[in-house]
Amino acid sequence: MPHIRSMSGNAVIAEAAIAAGCRFFAGYPITPSSEIAAVLAEELPKVGGVFLQMEDEIAAMGAIIGASLGGMKTMTATSGPGFSLKQENLGFACMAEVPCVVVNVMRGGPSTGLPTLPAQGDVMQARWGTHGDHPIIVLYPADLTEMYHQTVRAFNLAEQYRTPVILLSDELLGHMSERVEIPDAADLTIVNRRKPDVPPEQYLPYDVRRELVPPMANFFEGYRYHVTGLTHDETGFPTEDPDLAEAQLRRLMLKVSANADDILEWEEDGLADAEIAIFAYGAAARSVREAIAELRSLGVRAGLFRPITLWPFPDKALHLAVSRAGALFVVEMNMGQMIREVERSIRHIPIIGVHKVSGQPIDPDEIVFTVRDYLENGTLPRNAVYQMSV
Amino acid sequence: MKAIVRAMHEQGIAKDDAAVISGIGCSGRMSSYLDCNTLHTPHGRTLPFATGLKMARPNKSVIVVSGDGDSMAIGGNHFIHACRRNIDLTLIVANNFTYGLTGGQFSPTTPAQSWAPTAPFGTLEPQFDICEMAQAAGASFVARSTVANLKHMTEMIRLGLEHKGMSVVEVISNCHVNYGRKNMHPEAPEMVNWIRECCVDKEVIEVLPVEALEGKFVVGVLSQKQRPEYAAQWAEIVERAKNGRH
Repeated sequence: MPHIRSMSGNAVIAEAAIAAGCRFFAGYPITPSSEIAAVLAEELPKVGGVFLQMEDEIAAMGAIIGASLGGMKTMTATSGPGFSLKQENLGFACMAEVPCVVVNVMRGGPSTGLPTLPAQGDVMQARWGTHGDHPIIVLYPADLTEMYHQTVRAFNLAEQYRTPVILLSDELLGHMSERVEIPDAADLTIVNRRKPDVPPEQYLPYDVRRELVPPMANFFEGYRYHVTGLTHDETGFPTEDPDLAEAQLRRLMLKVSANADDILEWEEDGLADAEIAIFAYGAAARSVREAIAELRSLGVRAGLFRPITLWPFPDKALHLAVSRAGALFVVEMNMGQMIREVERSIRHIPIIGVHKVSGQPIDPDEIVFTVRDYLENGTLPRNAVYQMSV
Repeated sequence: MKAIVRAMHEQGIAKDDAAVISGIGCSGRMSSYLDCNTLHTPHGRTLPFATGLKMARPNKSVIVVSGDGDSMAIGGNHFIHACRRNIDLTLIVANNFTYGLTGGQFSPTTPAQSWAPTAPFGTLEPQFDICEMAQAAGASFVARSTVANLKHMTEMIRLGLEHKGMSVVEVISNCHVNYGRKNMHPEAPEMVNWIRECCVDKEVIEVLPVEALEGKFVVGVLSQKQRPEYAAQWAEIVERAKNGRH
């Protein structure tokens, strides 16, 4: 039986992390994510875990990689400016295939921006923030019960695919409280990294030949090997051999793309008969849900497509879901980021963006107004709030 | 590297129980030549990775190899705070006064008025003293040695490994190719000799006039204090938290 509590989004992440087996957190104070650190500073020692407040965001990201190599499930949490600083070591974790979870509670940007107000301006940075081609998994829930499950899932995916997983949230979800169904620990699926089943002398930490995700040995367990951010061969030692370099990076990318069916989660609501489909995620999807109820009461058949896994992008699912709609609206609290990805994927119907960067949540009426205006006039209001993308 | 391996051997540290972590620079590849748990981090980030690993596995030996650019410039903040925390790591800084790997640009320890490709009119910045910095920031063991004396270097590293707390061992090193060539030490033997001649042992500085120390490297154990170690203190917090006490 799940038990019901009223909690903030940030507290949910902290609690779910411990339930998922997280025993190491390193962070640096930053609004609006700091409560995650505060809860874990209190709770981690109770379960024998480690909490570190590091000297900066870069150090916090480094520390969780080091601790993960030591065998722990690890997490850091930050927001906009801090997320920028994480990128260097985040790339290392992708390259060296070290599981860890990075939470980004998004606030208005760029730069210091709007520290206490919500935004969704980091969804592309979450995909492409670190240099070079790299695989990444990005999850972004829209309510706090889902936040609990996706936090647990972030750890599971990190362990399963030996990769960092980014859990996105936003100031709205982070600081609001709502009814949360906390599952029993016994009902949770917990995934742990697969250890090598061969003796140390036969262990290849980055084997490209057998499987996409080679087993991972922790440090100090008899499997002495080398971990580097340099391009490496199957042993972990650096190489500039063109064939090996190509094979490693291709395997790294395939690890996520070939397992997309397992990694992707999304919600479809009311799309079966929808003339208007709306694509939204995170906090913005909450406004869209209300807007759809209002539109339906006005006789407009509208439906929601909400990716929970933002990256990899759910191309196939989106395509099938909106196949019968006459237009697709993309509602985001940014100047238009995921809409480009939607446009790349969907080419047969008009795609219209509704974007807001004022630091205020999108009012459902603003969405209703834009959809009705489009249906009645085939045009869009030209004001600061809305951006037309077709 | 030989000194590190010998010091580990003398301290009886098994390969499986040791991790060697390096950053970027001339010291960076050292980890990949050693047979233990080895980690080669981004530039300047050795100490955060080491701190995480040590806190995850506090009963294992975590040894960090870095350089003057890696630990004093890009990793300077991490250096200060690792020393302040007094976490039980052994940090060996190979100080060759330059960014040798990238062609000899000036580093935080390059002597003022030196020539470098990025200082064709001479460097303006005064040099950092790594050991003074370490002591001021709170490292509980600080020593200096040089490449001119392998036996001494081995002993300093061994003492660092033995010490419980943050140990910093600076090793004055030669880069005759990218630093010495343009700064009056173009040959390796001559540069190592120069380093040897500049050494003054910690034990004798009391009896020397201050002027005699000008331009010299004071070598030996510069300071050793007993201070609470970070991971041990955290273990106490865990005990208190498990018993419901703040």
